[in-house]
Amino acid sequence: MKPKSIAIVGAAETTRLGVIPDMSQIQLHADAALNAMADAGLQPADIDGIATAGETPVTVAHYLGLTPKWVDGTAVGGCSFMIHVRHAAAAIAAGLCETVLITHGESGRSGIGRTRNVVAPTSLSGQFEQPYGPLGPPSLFTIPVLRYMKTYGLSHEQLAMVSVVQREWAGKNPRATFRAPITVEDVLNSRMIAYPFRLLQCCLVTDGGGALILVAAERARNFPQKPVYLIGTGESVETPMVSQMEDFTSSRAFRVAGPEAFAEAGITHNDVDHLMIYDAFAHLPIYGLEDLGFVPRGEAGAFIAGRNTAPGGDLPLNTNGGGLSYMHSGMYGMYALQESVRQMRGTAPAQIAGARISVCHGVGGMFAASGTIIMSNEPP
Amino acid sequence: MSEGRRARPQPTPETQHFWDGTRVGELRLQRCDACSKVYFPPRPFCPACTARQISVFAASGKGRLYSYVIHHRPVPGFTPPYSIAVVELEEGPRMMTNIIDCQQTPEALELDMPVEIVFEKLDDEITLPLFRPARR
Repeated sequence: MKPKSIAIVGAAETTRLGVIPDMSQIQLHADAALNAMADAGLQPADIDGIATAGETPVTVAHYLGLTPKWVDGTAVGGCSFMIHVRHAAAAIAAGLCETVLITHGESGRSGIGRTRNVVAPTSLSGQFEQPYGPLGPPSLFTIPVLRYMKTYGLSHEQLAMVSVVQREWAGKNPRATFRAPITVEDVLNSRMIAYPFRLLQCCLVTDGGGALILVAAERARNFPQKPVYLIGTGESVETPMVSQMEDFTSSRAFRVAGPEAFAEAGITHNDVDHLMIYDAFAHLPIYGLEDLGFVPRGEAGAFIAGRNTAPGGDLPLNTNGGGLSYMHSGMYGMYALQESVRQMRGTAPAQIAGARISVCHGVGGMFAASGTIIMSNEPP
Repeated sequence: MSEGRRARPQPTPETQHFWDGTRVGELRLQRCDACSKVYFPPRPFCPACTARQISVFAASGKGRLYSYVIHHRPVPGFTPPYSIAVVELEEGPRMMTNIIDCQQTPEALELDMPVEIVFEKLDDEITLPLFRPARR
């Protein structure tokens, strides 16, 4: 993709976020999609490409009344939507379609109409991880962290600061689920989930959705919203088993997706005004800052504790409050993308003044996959 | 202990030798005949060099505690708190397991401490490889 050749012209979340017991998963997709189409001034007949995860593209296309000529059902966890953006950009650039809708909806809290992910007992995870008693991401995603802590001397207090700082950002966001300030002591006194992780170091579980609409940049000025241009993208996968990560202190998928996006964008870290790093758990921003090259190995904990990513810091990170405080339906990547778009449009509740470049980095599964999207609001 | 049984692995043609091994008290790993790479989980070719000529051998069952969490939520077949751990085997590969026969506390579960295998029979077909602090 040539930088700034593709633009995001529609972006919206579901009208409500949080607890939505009166909507099923497919309707959360539709609510977000209808909002994004209204945002872009489009009708279903204008959409000729569809990408989604959670539901199949067939289900979403049929439910919305679309007749797509390009579909992508890449489903590799919460960063699927970053990867959809990358694939959609390539498809539009190749002339396969013109107007792509990407949808997400998930009834993570209420569990209405939810599609189920079941680990087959014949899969490698089913044979070599599930028998040892994990209960979803809080007891799997967290397993590498003690090795990181021993390798680099990250303290429990520094890890707790990730949650504290993100709550400060959430306090500026009226749509955030949790907004009341918290302290390191609050985090370290919260209920133990899977040592060393306590409740306030684990993401929320809420209901919601989001959708994006992408077109070629030369069409972008015909739409009502300020266009947000893609300048760099990356993706990768590593392993479906967290126990088989090559390096417990770093994600190989991050180290492929991030540099790929930076190289395509032709930018340096100093050019970045705003950063989103998918934070299902408190260690994710630490791994992300290092694997994307913002901070030397082993220094991200001190960097965050030193308030560099907090309100007023040089590198504003997870400005919506993140998965730890804003919302997390299960596949959070769409909400990170929405916040990057808001920051680039200049409409974020905690708007970074003068922000021109936003990096949005996602994870899928338990360090299984990754997608990185870099956006700019400066026209080509 | 929480009611119910822990998740039971179901062998496939590619992993049957592993579960046949644990049933008779052997931790069977695979080594590439071409490049000597020892690897896990099982597959009938070398993930390093793609050679199909590989050998199954009985590993030492010794290793070190590489990383873990101590889980505090109820799961069928487990009594919280319990460790969900990754051990690094003497032969190189890492595998998930539980560390048993010791306090389930950060003080007792010291990273890099030597561990040794304990075979835990689930039923006539499946025996799980668990680990405990090494007794020298």
